[in-house]
Amino acid sequence: MAEPVLEIRGLEVTYRRGAERIRAVAGLDLTIGPGEAVALIGESGSGKSVTLRQVLRLDPERTTEVAGSIRVCGEEVGKLDAAGLRRLRGGRVGMVFQEPLLALDPVYTVGQQIVEAIRAHEPVSRAEARARALELLRLVHVPSPERRLDAYPHELSGGLRQRAMIALALSCRPRLLLADEPTTALDATVQIQVLLLLRELQERLGLAILFVTHDIGAAVEIADRIAVIYAGRIVEEGPVRSVIRSPLHPYTRGLLASRTEGALVKGRRIAAIPGSPPDLARPPPGCAFAPRCSLALEACSRQVPKLETPVPGHAVRCLRAREWAASPA
Amino acid sequence: MAATLPLADRTPATDAAPLLEVEGLVKHFPLRGGLLGRTGRVRAVDGVDFALTRGETLGIVGESGCGKSTLARLLMRLLDPDAGTIRFAGRIVGGPDLPLRAYRRRVQMVFQDSWSSLNPRLSVEESIAFAPIVHGTPRAEALARAHALLDRVGLDPRRFAGRYPHELSGGQRQRVNIARALALGPELVILDEAVSALDKSVEAQVLNLLQDLKDELGLTYLFISHDLQVVRYLSDRVLVMYLGRVAELGPAEAIFESPRHPYTQALLRSMPSLDPDARTREAPLQGDPPNPIDPPAGCRFHPRCAFAEPVCGRREPSLSACGPAHRVACLMAQPGSGHGRAPRPSREPDLG
Ligand SMILES: Nc1ncnc2c1ncn2[C@@H]1O[C@H](COP(=O)(O)OP(=O)(O)OP(=O)(O)O)[C@@H](O)[C@H]1O
Ligand SMILES: Nc1ncnc2c1ncn2[C@@H]1O[C@H](COP(=O)(O)OP(=O)(O)O)[C@@H](O)[C@H]1O
Ligand code: SF4
Ligand code: SF4
Ligand SMILES: [Mg+2]
Ligand SMILES: [Mg+2]
Repeated sequence: MAEPVLEIRGLEVTYRRGAERIRAVAGLDLTIGPGEAVALIGESGSGKSVTLRQVLRLDPERTTEVAGSIRVCGEEVGKLDAAGLRRLRGGRVGMVFQEPLLALDPVYTVGQQIVEAIRAHEPVSRAEARARALELLRLVHVPSPERRLDAYPHELSGGLRQRAMIALALSCRPRLLLADEPTTALDATVQIQVLLLLRELQERLGLAILFVTHDIGAAVEIADRIAVIYAGRIVEEGPVRSVIRSPLHPYTRGLLASRTEGALVKGRRIAAIPGSPPDLARPPPGCAFAPRCSLALEACSRQVPKLETPVPGHAVRCLRAREWAASPA
Repeated sequence: MAATLPLADRTPATDAAPLLEVEGLVKHFPLRGGLLGRTGRVRAVDGVDFALTRGETLGIVGESGCGKSTLARLLMRLLDPDAGTIRFAGRIVGGPDLPLRAYRRRVQMVFQDSWSSLNPRLSVEESIAFAPIVHGTPRAEALARAHALLDRVGLDPRRFAGRYPHELSGGQRQRVNIARALALGPELVILDEAVSALDKSVEAQVLNLLQDLKDELGLTYLFISHDLQVVRYLSDRVLVMYLGRVAELGPAEAIFESPRHPYTQALLRSMPSLDPDARTREAPLQGDPPNPIDPPAGCRFHPRCAFAEPVCGRREPSLSACGPAHRVACLMAQPGSGHGRAPRPSREPDLG
């Protein structure tokens, strides 16, 4: 198998806030191959953004405890020096966010920002960089790209800003694109355009994508594989068809039960998961989903279930999953 | 005596009369002259008509900026309309028969941001009891009702009554907001993206709660959301808005199964597929939602419409019937409109 673009092993991230220790990521493994799109699905506070930020080591090291290993194209991120980090951020790895105005500087034009990003990583002339910036805006289907090159971010509509941010993230031909809920704030009509664009870029550029979302529909549109995160751990991971059609973890099953085709039937109650996600300053012992799980046994609260693979290529972290993995759903 | 849930005295309107009737509602916001002293108006709501029957749920959908929240705030009379009338139970809102103060007991609103309508310095029980006390309910009775309401929205009053907003999760705060909205025993509740900020697992709980409360208290809902699946689940009828106007209005079944407006059709096809083997291949609409400052002449949708003909840029469609209780603002459905696909105008009935 080709060397993975991203390989996360046993990632633990703990924040200190006053006397409290918040265990945002609690032993997370994730591997993404070249050109592969993986959707990381989870509710707010489950550790999605923290995981992405660790890939680029964006958190202040003073208040953050990190354990485990993250490799990007074989290189251990934790061991990079300042120069190595600069090569990583905006070089090998591009990142897009929910809010493009956070990524784009309001006082520079879109063109200036892309040109600067290219020249920060490669020894090319300004004219050459500008030609490539124009090419990038074409690549992400910005209409009238010559004119948009000289526009300021606030002069663009929401959808165009999102495209400009993607162009900026692609400026140094990254192998991996980290996308943190990039379509959540968009209208459905614009969201689908951006999802299709990302899919096209994945295919045309052989780009690997880690797409963070809480929207199952967006995940299905973009992902080859889906990973479900709950309270800082991957609880299920597998090919998109397998996870959507035969989910193994009770949490995934609950999420899908309130969403997929035929789940919302007028006049019928929704099969809702009771309760809410745990307080990460006081995580429950054992399986973090146990307090909400209708199938929990006493043993579930004694130990954290191991990641098992009851179906080839489809992993789950649940003591009982083998019981239903065996019988076809 | 156990506190009962508050029910407004439901003035028995003539049964046939709609609970709410909206006619020709308009709200334009003046644009403050920018650098170029540019003047103009944002036509946020630009001539909206519809009626709500008691006990139904009307869903409102449309792209960002099409005027949904402005419409909600007009209906709450948090904004004054520039033109048009709102009738509630047959009486003109703000007129001599229904002063605003009386109206506001009967209509309540829940917003998307669960923080915005809770006072951070009031405990949960005080927040819920606040409006009833202002309206003259004795304090002890108002608090007893607040506890009953907390219980009803799934928050144990012994644990939650004394808490402050920052001590609650988003889902819990939204339950408090719903309890607060119900405290005066309203008949109509306007929910503007009320579940949009919640996590999916919590959203499902709150949707169940809304459905239960509606059945139990005989409420009428106006449910605004960008989530078409949720709108379909909750609504009896659906109103599709485009640039400050009604594009289509009809039974939820009809809107979702046989949408007639090209915009509604595109909106529905923009929903992500949930089938990995039937992913979306092409975006139904290109570009962003247009700006309500200078809406296009004629049919406002014509620059994005796949069926547009020259007449669409000249002639503004009116809402025409296209099925049982189903109306659409498209020249293709308007007899004799001049659009190639329009039905022929029916001839005068032969009175021979
Ligand atoms: N107080 C105001 N002053 C000026 N313009 C306003 C004001 N309130 C709303 N608008 C404008 O009116 C239009 C309609 O706004 P509205 O908030 O009703 O949209 P919406 O349909 O609720 O959108 P969303 O889906 O984003 O909530 C928008 O262009 C908005 O910017
Ligand atoms: N800088 C920080 N300091 C303290 N706690 C944090 C910080 N960043 C995130 N957290 C906490 O870590 C958990 C996971 O957060 P996050 O990854 O942002 O969630 P999401 O899955 O919604 O992206 C949450 O409980 C959050 O409050
Ligand atoms: S391990 Fe136990 S509690 Fe956790 S998901 Fe499986 S059955 Fe439920
Ligand atoms: S009136 Fe014309 S432009 Fe408007 S929706 Fe109908 S066909 Fe399209
Ligand atoms: Mg996040
Ligand atoms: Mg709004």
